[in-house]
Amino acid sequence: MNDKLYGIMAEFDSPAAVLRAAKAVRDAGYRRWDVFSPFPVHGMDKVMGLGNSLVGWVSLLLGAGAFMSVVGLIWYANAFDYPLIVGGKPMFSEPMTFVPSYIMLIMGGAVGSLVGMLAFNQLPRLNHPLLSKPRFELASRDKFVLVIGVKDDKFCLTKTRQLLEKIGGNAVTVVEDED
Amino acid sequence: MAGPVISAEEIKRLAPPEEFRASPIVEGSKGLGWLTDRLSAFAEAKTPIWWWVAFLPAVFCAAVVFPICLFYQVFTGVGVWGNNHPVMWGLDIVNFIWWVGVAHAGTLISALLFLTKQGWRTTIGRMAEAMTVFSVAMAGLYPAIHVGRAWFDWFMFPIPNSNGLWPQFRSPLMWDVFAVNTYLVVSTLFWFMGMIPDFAVLRDRSKTRLRKAIFSALAMGWTGSARHWHNYEKAYTVFAGLCTLLVFTVSSIVGLDFCTAQIAGWHATIFPLYFVIGAVFCGFGMMLVLLISLRKLCHLEDIITKSHIDKVAKLTLVSGLVIAYIYLMEFFIAWYSGDPYERWVFGHRLFGHTYCVMGWILIGVNVVMTQLLWIKKVRSNLVLLFIIGVLINIGMWTERFVIVVGSLYQDFLPANWGKYLPTRWDIGLYIGTLGAFFTLYLLFVKFLPMIAISEVKGAMPEADPHHPSGGALKEAHHE
Repeated sequence: MNDKLYGIMAEFDSPAAVLRAAKAVRDAGYRRWDVFSPFPVHGMDKVMGLGNSLVGWVSLLLGAGAFMSVVGLIWYANAFDYPLIVGGKPMFSEPMTFVPSYIMLIMGGAVGSLVGMLAFNQLPRLNHPLLSKPRFELASRDKFVLVIGVKDDKFCLTKTRQLLEKIGGNAVTVVEDED
Repeated sequence: MAGPVISAEEIKRLAPPEEFRASPIVEGSKGLGWLTDRLSAFAEAKTPIWWWVAFLPAVFCAAVVFPICLFYQVFTGVGVWGNNHPVMWGLDIVNFIWWVGVAHAGTLISALLFLTKQGWRTTIGRMAEAMTVFSVAMAGLYPAIHVGRAWFDWFMFPIPNSNGLWPQFRSPLMWDVFAVNTYLVVSTLFWFMGMIPDFAVLRDRSKTRLRKAIFSALAMGWTGSARHWHNYEKAYTVFAGLCTLLVFTVSSIVGLDFCTAQIAGWHATIFPLYFVIGAVFCGFGMMLVLLISLRKLCHLEDIITKSHIDKVAKLTLVSGLVIAYIYLMEFFIAWYSGDPYERWVFGHRLFGHTYCVMGWILIGVNVVMTQLLWIKKVRSNLVLLFIIGVLINIGMWTERFVIVVGSLYQDFLPANWGKYLPTRWDIGLYIGTLGAFFTLYLLFVKFLPMIAISEVKGAMPEADPHHPSGGALKEAHHE
């Protein structure tokens, strides 16, 4: 029965309403659900138990990697492959490498946070079952959409629908999966 | 489940008295839906006449003047410019610093004010970022062709080559290559990432298939999931932190390009800070010009409120005051050092025979005129602010001219002295870059979300789940 389904979506009118609804859904024991909003709703990550985003670590990793690679590059280029005497200074010293490697740290960190953000969000993707729902377009406007996925162990077409209606969800709709 | 929602009268009663209230981010907001329509209106509406009136001359400069001046210089050589012994750095370096400077205020607004949680920044942040991206692109062009043989630009990058040579990493000029390229890449990515949720807004609103296809591709499947936002907010914060570092890095390095030389007037300890603040000040001038004109032309009076422009003007004043302090210090140190060459150069900035007019424009505009911004009446007079913005840009251009040419034209040996006058190719190229900048900017304004739709909405009281306008319940205060 659930093969062709993605989940059930319900609409809410305000960030506070969807936050209350999210708490109710969480307390009802659902685990595979998500909230879609035109902007980040303050406190939603706590309700959903998302913890700390790992994007920062990707950024740090790439940034630190870029920093160390440039230190290595400068050592290789100016001290090893073609030793260059500049102003009678040592062939290699840490301070001389700082500025270019620090700048590449910024570059690596920035690329890392964008790539990390996209990777953790599983973007880019060409389509999403929700995007075919006309009402869902309002989730980028002024509505807040809560979706309970069919993959949730507690998912039940009638009971889940009843719960969403009970907690004040409007336009409760079944969302079909495309593949 | 739902308790009583607080009524509008109740909200009014509970609100602090008028004089303690922060000015609203958007004036007369009628809710999130209205705001979405309002903010995406310009990108969706029919192109107005003024846009064409501005675009056609800009695109003429960008597509005709710019390539002619560029290719003539590249094919002929740097000799077509006025640069010659002893003034080897002319308008190309002046304009390079000027364009980098314009970029800085954009990053400062979009990144530093984000980290300090200034809600009002949301309305102008995107425009500021666009200004950054396009002006860094213009800036990056100058050093690339100033080298004279643009086809050897790859020498500047650490690429293994058959000559067996590497760049010299102790040189600030080398750091500049890294800094400007990084600045371009990072500010473009930051700008693009900020637009992803807004691309999704425009995708969801699009009426035609073509628009839908384009914005679907740009939005990359963004759904606005709480999980997406969770990672996005983290990435945005990290980005803002890194961009803030760049504000203080890129122009410092440009300052060090000068400090590395022995020329009098070029190696004050204050130079890195001098260039950073000068850049920010100049950029705020450009920001005032862009904000005031676009606010009027795109009918954004209620979004970019007078209070926002007032705040930009105050930031301009602050950076102007730091600039005034730095000028004072420069002159003081030149005198205090007892170095006759330093004293000569700085004396000639104001009382020399060739370029003293530039010196007085610099003082008159950047130091004296900026003091007008203390007056509230001036800060609320948009025409005056627009003129001040234009003059600051001219004043800061003059400053770079004074630093570059003013120190070079009379060095240690009188036999070396000379004069510098830009040729038509210098000026043509500058006009070309201005045209390219405004072409890109106008295209951005027309086709992309020029105001950060989701960010503005997120900063509204309607977006706060703990605010009555956001649907918070009466008894559920601090839930």
